[in-house]
Amino acid sequence: MTQPFTLDILEPRQPAEIVTVDWAALVPEEAKRLRALGIEEGAEIEIAHRGIFGGRDPLALKLGRMVIAVRRSHAAAMTVRLR
Amino acid sequence: MSRLRTAALVGNPNAGKSALFNALTGARQKIANYPGVTVERKAGRMLLPSGEPIVLLDLPGSYSLDAASPDEQVTRDVILGQFAGEATPGMLIVVVDAANLEQHLVFAQEVIALGRPTVVALNMVDLATRDGLVVDADALSEALGVPVLPTVAVRKKGLEELVQALGALGSHDVRVQPRIKRLGPSERRLSARNMARGAILSRSVGHRLHMSVDKLLLNPFLGPFFLLALLFVIFQAVFAWATPFADAIDAGISTLIGLVEANMSDSIVRQFVTQGVLTGVGSVIVFLPQIVILFAFILVMEQSGYMARAAFIMDRLMAAVGLSGRSFIPLLSSFACAIPGIMATRSIADPKDRLTTILVAPLMTCSARLPVYAVIIAAFIPAISVGPGIGLQGLVLFALYIAGIVGAMVVALVLRRSIAKGAASGFIMEMPRYQMPALRDLLIGLWQRAFVFLRRAGTIIFTATIALWVLLSFPQAEPGESQVDASVAGRIATGLNVVLEPIGFNRDISLALIPAMAAREVAVSALATTYAVDAEDEEGQAKGLIPQLQAGWSLPTALAFLAWFVFAPQCLSTIAVARRETNGWKWPLFMIAYLFGLAYIFAGLTYWTAVAAGL
Repeated sequence: MTQPFTLDILEPRQPAEIVTVDWAALVPEEAKRLRALGIEEGAEIEIAHRGIFGGRDPLALKLGRMVIAVRRSHAAAMTVRLR
Repeated sequence: MSRLRTAALVGNPNAGKSALFNALTGARQKIANYPGVTVERKAGRMLLPSGEPIVLLDLPGSYSLDAASPDEQVTRDVILGQFAGEATPGMLIVVVDAANLEQHLVFAQEVIALGRPTVVALNMVDLATRDGLVVDADALSEALGVPVLPTVAVRKKGLEELVQALGALGSHDVRVQPRIKRLGPSERRLSARNMARGAILSRSVGHRLHMSVDKLLLNPFLGPFFLLALLFVIFQAVFAWATPFADAIDAGISTLIGLVEANMSDSIVRQFVTQGVLTGVGSVIVFLPQIVILFAFILVMEQSGYMARAAFIMDRLMAAVGLSGRSFIPLLSSFACAIPGIMATRSIADPKDRLTTILVAPLMTCSARLPVYAVIIAAFIPAISVGPGIGLQGLVLFALYIAGIVGAMVVALVLRRSIAKGAASGFIMEMPRYQMPALRDLLIGLWQRAFVFLRRAGTIIFTATIALWVLLSFPQAEPGESQVDASVAGRIATGLNVVLEPIGFNRDISLALIPAMAAREVAVSALATTYAVDAEDEEGQAKGLIPQLQAGWSLPTALAFLAWFVFAPQCLSTIAVARRETNGWKWPLFMIAYLFGLAYIFAGLTYWTAVAAGL
């Protein structure tokens, strides 16, 4: 069991689980949308792709059978641990 | 008309709702007219097994009744019967993706718990099978307490059974106590997971096609290269592939004019038919093939699932000017027409982000500019090759598109730092699985777009052209005097030309710009009508628009005219839709002012630079 760290520094294709989400740091509509897509505490995710430019933003998260694009700033509000 | 009962299709985005809608209603659909209504209301007719006709509504895709964007708000309000002017749908068809039940059952439960007569379409079972999933519809029906019917909308499979189930619902139109309870969001997700596990009979690994395709198309280096190459091919194709069709339409119109002239004696009526109606409207209809080709590419990108990848690739660039990848889809649609583009901004949750996208959408080169660009490029840019497979004409067209894009980016950047200031917008987007676009959905989409264009040609463009012809033809010129100089329109244009002459525009251009306020492509028909009216003899009339332009305009004037149309907001429908989407006149007026300002400055800069360069 590793120490939780923020999602934006997770290596691509490393299976992980979301431990905490700082919902207050997110715009309310975006928090709503993330929850509606199942990105919340306990979700099992991995980073499938990253962009090329500035900070390799955005990120494509694999979650179950879905691939969801989010910004690095969203990922920075979440902590994960490796599965 | 008696009030028909209404059924509504609801479901997550990418559940295949629109394909199901097309399959159930065929071509009998009505996309509501843009002015007057506040939602793009896709409605169609279908028959229940009893023979009763009902109205089927296709609601915007939603993740939850707790709306996070304006289009989710529409779905919520219609379902709950809180949408003014829309009857509460008596029946609901919840569409779920069989291969993504854990996600889609979350919203499905929320809708079913409302206790309305509901059936579930377990859609895209073929793709689930491809992914190695076998789903038990009966088990799912047991868990949800409503009928569940497997369907493959794109292949019209399972539709009969779905309609049967819908018909059976209608017999008791009372509220039923739903078997599933209203739950909070987290409990719903947990319960969705359990239901999905219970319904999935087997789960083999299957081949995950989209993951490997994404490795290529979302590759940090290959991905952007592929997107750029695709956009370049689209714009080359718009020019090259359309030519034979456009030539055929052109020849058809010439034949018609010849027939009219052979069978009618020369009179004001004959002039009206040939110079006004046929020349004016005909010069716009010629561009139908190009518009259809552009829309075909956009529809294929949307239906195949590539559009979301394009948004992903573009997100970082859009973020640099304060927008997000979500704005890429409305802006790309605006290449076809700003109206659906502006309406597509409803999926953008952030209001400042949305406003900025609306304000820059008219800078994307819409299909109405194509007639203008095409005729000027054909007249002034030589059809030479500047490299393997790259024509100079296509290259100039590409440059005009780029000019619009760069303009939009700069304006967005300025707006986001001034009047639309706010926190940087985010980007959260589901990337659908790749899918073969279905020919029927493609054809229905193309037909709807072509129809809208032809309706515009038949109404707005027709009226503006006729009005111009009347103003150009009266009062009749004295012998030896030019008809255009003598006419009412000619005098108005001479006045306007005082302002436009410094940027290189001649009187004929000033004349064409007035009716072109209604729609940009009218500029072409207006020029055609002007030169047809002004031609001294039949030989001059037969020469056609392009030789007339070559004889009358200098190259700097032609280039300035192109630059003007990169920016000028000459489209009443766009202004009307911007007013509706921003709830007032403030923003549309701002849009008109800044776009005309930019048009004037850049047309001037182009003209003076071209003159200085000795072109």
